Amino acid sequence: MQQVFKDGMEIKRIKVISGKCSGCRLCMQICAICHYGEINPKKASLRIEAHFPQPGVYKPRVCTQCGKCMEVCPEGAIYRRDDGAYIVLVEKCTNCGVCIPVCKPGVIFQHRDLDHVIICDNCFKCTKLCNTGAITIHTRPVKESK
Amino acid sequence: MANSSTSSRGLAGTTLRINLSTGEIKRYPTDEKLMREWFGGRGAIAKILYDEVPRDADPLGPENLFIMSAGVMSGCFIPAGAKIGFGSISPLTNGHGDSNMGGHLGPTLKFAGYDMVIMSGISPKPVYLFIDDDTVELRDASQYWGMGSLACEPAMKKDLGEDFEIATIGPAGENGIRFSCITHDFGRQAGRTGQGAVMGSKKLKAIAIRGTCGINVHNLDKLTEQVTAIIKRTQTHPNMAPWQKYGTAFFIEWSNDNAVIPTRNFQTTYFEDIKGISGDALVERCLITHKACFGCWMNCGKYTKAVLPGKETVYLEGPEYETGALCGSNLGMTDINQVAYLNWLMDNVGMDTMSGGGVVAFAMECFQRGLITTDDLEGHTLNWGSVEDTEHFVDMVVHRRGIGEYFAGGTKRAAEKIGRGSEKFAMQVKGQEMSGYDGRYAPGMLLSYMTCDIGAHHNRSWTITVDMAEGRDKVEGRAKVVVYLQHIRPLFDCWCICRLFWGELDIEPEEIVESLNLITGWNIDAAEAFKTSEKIWNLVRCHYLERNKANGRTFDYPPARSWEDKIPTGPSAGKGLTKEQIETMLDEYYACRGWDNDGNPSREVLHDLKLDFAADNIEKIGLLGKPLPNGIPAVRGERYKPKAF
Repeated sequence: MQQVFKDGMEIKRIKVISGKCSGCRLCMQICAICHYGEINPKKASLRIEAHFPQPGVYKPRVCTQCGKCMEVCPEGAIYRRDDGAYIVLVEKCTNCGVCIPVCKPGVIFQHRDLDHVIICDNCFKCTKLCNTGAITIHTRPVKESK
Repeated sequence: MANSSTSSRGLAGTTLRINLSTGEIKRYPTDEKLMREWFGGRGAIAKILYDEVPRDADPLGPENLFIMSAGVMSGCFIPAGAKIGFGSISPLTNGHGDSNMGGHLGPTLKFAGYDMVIMSGISPKPVYLFIDDDTVELRDASQYWGMGSLACEPAMKKDLGEDFEIATIGPAGENGIRFSCITHDFGRQAGRTGQGAVMGSKKLKAIAIRGTCGINVHNLDKLTEQVTAIIKRTQTHPNMAPWQKYGTAFFIEWSNDNAVIPTRNFQTTYFEDIKGISGDALVERCLITHKACFGCWMNCGKYTKAVLPGKETVYLEGPEYETGALCGSNLGMTDINQVAYLNWLMDNVGMDTMSGGGVVAFAMECFQRGLITTDDLEGHTLNWGSVEDTEHFVDMVVHRRGIGEYFAGGTKRAAEKIGRGSEKFAMQVKGQEMSGYDGRYAPGMLLSYMTCDIGAHHNRSWTITVDMAEGRDKVEGRAKVVVYLQHIRPLFDCWCICRLFWGELDIEPEEIVESLNLITGWNIDAAEAFKTSEKIWNLVRCHYLERNKANGRTFDYPPARSWEDKIPTGPSAGKGLTKEQIETMLDEYYACRGWDNDGNPSREVLHDLKLDFAADNIEKIGLLGKPLPNGIPAVRGERYKPKAF
């Protein structure tokens, strides 16, 4: 399933500017709505980390596409798509959770309603609703990537 | 009964009833009829208080209820759908009281599976309410009792987990200070009507909630489409940029320019040092980050720090407009860091910055006039513009030391104790301190305070721009707009969403009602929404009459400064109202509402609103309004579109 990347292709991911985030969580709401048809931020594949009372900053945590989840998945249930996203094959995923601790930003989740893990699939609906510019789409050509 | 993982039609499905005296916790299916007929939030709270609290119950006693409700729209992807309403009989006004706040608590209550929590009794020891999906417990709060609100929240998050949403009271609430608030999310407050004091009287220090359930709505696809369109359309609205930059602090200078900002306890309406406490001063000197409530793209919250020589640097949210006015110009503070520091101080002790600012300002004027002296203040002064004096005085009030005891009940009770003419400048109505606008040259605003159902408060109707557009010297015709605003604005408190996007971004009520229908499947129109709001208003009025047992008109007067003193300085110098004009406004207002000239609702209007039971109740105590000579108006209130700034 491993995607072969070629020159000229583009990889997209979410870019974060923490200082701009105001913690509204519209991103988390739209994420769950689009993927699970319900309003439930706990089913979103990103999180807003609030650092209060000090220093007083919101840090969006999003998938950085490091690929560690795919590396450790014992079922081969995660593959990389040609836009850079790591996709969970829900029919293969056993919800074992091995991928969760290796995810550096901590954006792989389980939910009691679901029998598979939740991982960002690059739909970018979150970036489209962000009114502060804290999360945007970052595009880079494959050539420059490693 | 376990919570279902998802709910239907905007509701979470379960209501909790908790007896704090016995520790008993019961779960009931949420009463959908109550939600439909009273719109949840403020409306459902009003009906439950009316039905269940004995008329002679002490607001700070075991028979009072303490209710929190997330309404039908909170957490439902509606713009600014982040509110939670709290309600009880107000220890400030002795009538129905409700107050709400944004942040994340309301949505989280629903994500945990609950629409409403109704608490009665008094706990034998300090407790906090712990809700983690199906787990609902009263837990020992002795380790948190005595802590400041802003200190307690991180302590509880550290103990329970960062993903718990926490609401707390401070020492003011614990000590029964009647204008205490509830604090959440490091600076969001349900400040008005003393809800924090009711929590404290019940020995309920805090509420901690985590939830993983989803909320289903009637038509999620269309709702998503509609809300996405609203968000995208309003991103370029001319008010969006200043709103995001300043929040409500933008209006500090605007209010001063238009000479309505309360200054030194409403002695005048123009503050000469306004630049020092303006929105620009806040953004340039204090701002750390913009802060939004759940699902809100307007991020009006300003998270700041206050740096004052000789003081520890403190972190807070605000000051927003009301605090900026009432703890700024109204106390003669000339530096935004002073205002921010006092904002932090009052947040942390857990007193409403609006009533708190009003109480301190009243005390400062008493000191200015020699009605209280340094002998009363443990050797301290209480001078305009002094943070040190204010801090010491607040400490006296919170701990009820000496003369602080007088002020622990708010300005009305303090004036009754101090006497010697101080009632004239105790700036309150029905026991609640006025918001941050002087009504002497904004007659609609004064009428709004006078007739507000929870005591003087701008939230129910805000008419400064109406006064400016229709003529500030004119009182005639203002009542019908006040009535209209008193119907539309409280609707947001019923639905538990923020009203500011309606006011600031030109979103019509019809569009919001459409969202309501998409969430609930109710299929109502704006006219029905207004009428339901009017029903709630009249029920609250009847409740007030039943508890306070005198003609309504007797409670609707502002302090005598409102007609005896002309504005002395600034652009409105020499302006003011006469007592006759105030009477005219009241006459018009009652006629417009279908109430008699004593301010008592008539049977005809109560019948029209399906409140015959309330008519029967006020008739029994001789307070049913006389029939109106020309009958009641077919439609009460006249729709008015507020003009943009």
